[in-house]
Amino acid sequence: MNHDHEYTPSNGFTKWLDKRLPLIRFADENMLSFPTPKNLNYFWTFGFILTLCLVTQIITGIVLAMHYTPHVLMAFDSIEHIMRDVNYGWLIRYIHANGASMFFLAVFIHMFRGLYYGSYKEPREILWILGVVIFLLMIITAFMGYVLVWGQMSFWGATVITNLVATIPVVGESILTLLLGGFSVDNPTLNRFFSLHYLLPFVIFGVVILHIWALHVTGNNNPTGISVKDSNDTISFHPYYTVKDLFAYVVFLLMFSYFIFYNPNILGHPDNYIEADPMVTPAHIVPEWYLLPFYAILRAVPDKLMGVLLMFGSIVVLFFLPWLDTMKVRSARYRPTYKIFYFTFLVCCLLLGYLGGQAPEGIYLFLSRVCTIYYFAFFLVVMPILSKYERPSPMPIGISNPAINNNLEMDDNLAPSGNN
Amino acid sequence: MRLSKIIIILFSFVFISNADSLSAAGGEAYKNLKPGFSFEGPFGKFDRESLKRGYQVYSEVCASCHGMKQLSFRNLSQPGGPEFSIDKVKEIAAEYFIMDGADEYGDPVERARIPSDRFQSPFDSKDAAKAANNGAYPPDLSLITKARSDGTNYIYSLLSGYEETMPDNITIDDALSYNPWFPGNAIAMAQPLYDEMVEYTDGTEATISQMSYDVANFLTWAAEPSMEERKSLGIIVMGFLIIFLILMFFSVRRLFEDVH
Repeated sequence: MNHDHEYTPSNGFTKWLDKRLPLIRFADENMLSFPTPKNLNYFWTFGFILTLCLVTQIITGIVLAMHYTPHVLMAFDSIEHIMRDVNYGWLIRYIHANGASMFFLAVFIHMFRGLYYGSYKEPREILWILGVVIFLLMIITAFMGYVLVWGQMSFWGATVITNLVATIPVVGESILTLLLGGFSVDNPTLNRFFSLHYLLPFVIFGVVILHIWALHVTGNNNPTGISVKDSNDTISFHPYYTVKDLFAYVVFLLMFSYFIFYNPNILGHPDNYIEADPMVTPAHIVPEWYLLPFYAILRAVPDKLMGVLLMFGSIVVLFFLPWLDTMKVRSARYRPTYKIFYFTFLVCCLLLGYLGGQAPEGIYLFLSRVCTIYYFAFFLVVMPILSKYERPSPMPIGISNPAINNNLEMDDNLAPSGNN
Repeated sequence: MRLSKIIIILFSFVFISNADSLSAAGGEAYKNLKPGFSFEGPFGKFDRESLKRGYQVYSEVCASCHGMKQLSFRNLSQPGGPEFSIDKVKEIAAEYFIMDGADEYGDPVERARIPSDRFQSPFDSKDAAKAANNGAYPPDLSLITKARSDGTNYIYSLLSGYEETMPDNITIDDALSYNPWFPGNAIAMAQPLYDEMVEYTDGTEATISQMSYDVANFLTWAAEPSMEERKSLGIIVMGFLIIFLILMFFSVRRLFEDVH
């Protein structure tokens, strides 16, 4: 393919610029001619989609902040002011609110893709870890954003979640006071959440740049998990993947638009259209849908501190994936046993999401416990054992060569090929 | 392809099951009646005459206890709502008064409301509202249909659903009324609507169910005055996206034709 070309400045100005700040060369190398495996499927379009999700959230968020008032007496009304009085305020707010859900939907698919095709394995450990950092920051940012609405669910969700901090022995109470700016969720809490909710997206943006940088050092993984060997295996990012990603993004936007224009409140809770009232507790306090799996893990444990530890542990464990799963074969395509455990894990996570929305009693509590145990067992037991004993199915020699590799020197096949 | 299908199915399962759990959150109550409203569906628009009647029911009945602080009188004339004439809105607004500023001696001045003013709340504070209503706070109705699951149908069912006789196995406080649509079945609001309670200016017969229908319709508009604008913009946006999608589809096909 035609990605072997090197950027050559064409006129006086670009030549001058290239010697001083090779911006155009940088853009060319990283966005246009960047060699990308030619066999990427649509699961690889979510990186692009997620970048645009972040940009959308930042732009709409900046506009919303121009009209929002972070004060307990005015926050709720200022949002209604945005909905009713600001030109297209309803549109901007619905994009931002549903955009958060879409962002999480995309990030879940992106992560499950990485988990399926072994994208966290050598040499992409740092790439994966940066991704988990982004995910963690997203959760914190989304949680704080939900509080800004200052509805009943905002207030009580904030109360429940911040109180988790108090379970930390010795210093918990002090940290909680610092976090809240007082002894309960009140105006100082709203103020600092607003400040941090504005700050964190830019921190995410920074980590995203590192994430993409790391990606461009190692190159993309691909559905076979076999390392790129030469330029026969790759095509240039532009036009191939710019166009393919854009196509996927339009499909994504269509679904996004359905929510914005035809069902803007279905992903939220009706109680959040009731202004926060510290004297009235809602019948059921539930977080936004994308946090329900973690909420289910939290409530699955009878001990409060253990619940908190497990909930955080469920994300922290992701940092260690590259060292828990040491199997050289990356893609689940050639790992028949892993595949079964993987899909069980997927079902288990979705079930946890469902259970997080139910009252923690009876069969729901029992299932939450089973799923929580499996969640951790998948990473801490299944992965190390499979790494040792699983026999991968026959693999092709390369991305461009479908012939079966009879030489079982997997290391050779999967080793990073350096810069192509 | 297998992986994608499985994921799509499983994610849709989560969305659907969540929607179920949300509607179940209201507690044990009857399933909402669904009288059918003209604003439903992607092309739905409000029935203007019904909205006007609904405003009449609100202002003559509900407004004695319930405020609608998010609404301004001017909203009543804007496109996509009851669309009263501007003169009519001025007339409506002028029936209410507001303390606004001070005179040269520093004494507060009262003036008639104008279209840019908000609706007047019946009580000065939450405590005053509670004191006048047996300790129960009549909620502000600006967002009531969005603040309840399946709000429009719920309001309709609740208002038209007061029953004189209640099942023998239920006992409730004398100060409360029985309403099988209310979570817990015992509601502090006494039956607010009776046949012919309102004399509709357009001559429509004011039955309980007609008034409930009109006011539920009006409250739905009030909770989101931009609904018609939202849906019509949605048609344009999604139409554009579908055309774009077709172009992109063929572009991808063409591009990858010779990638093997």
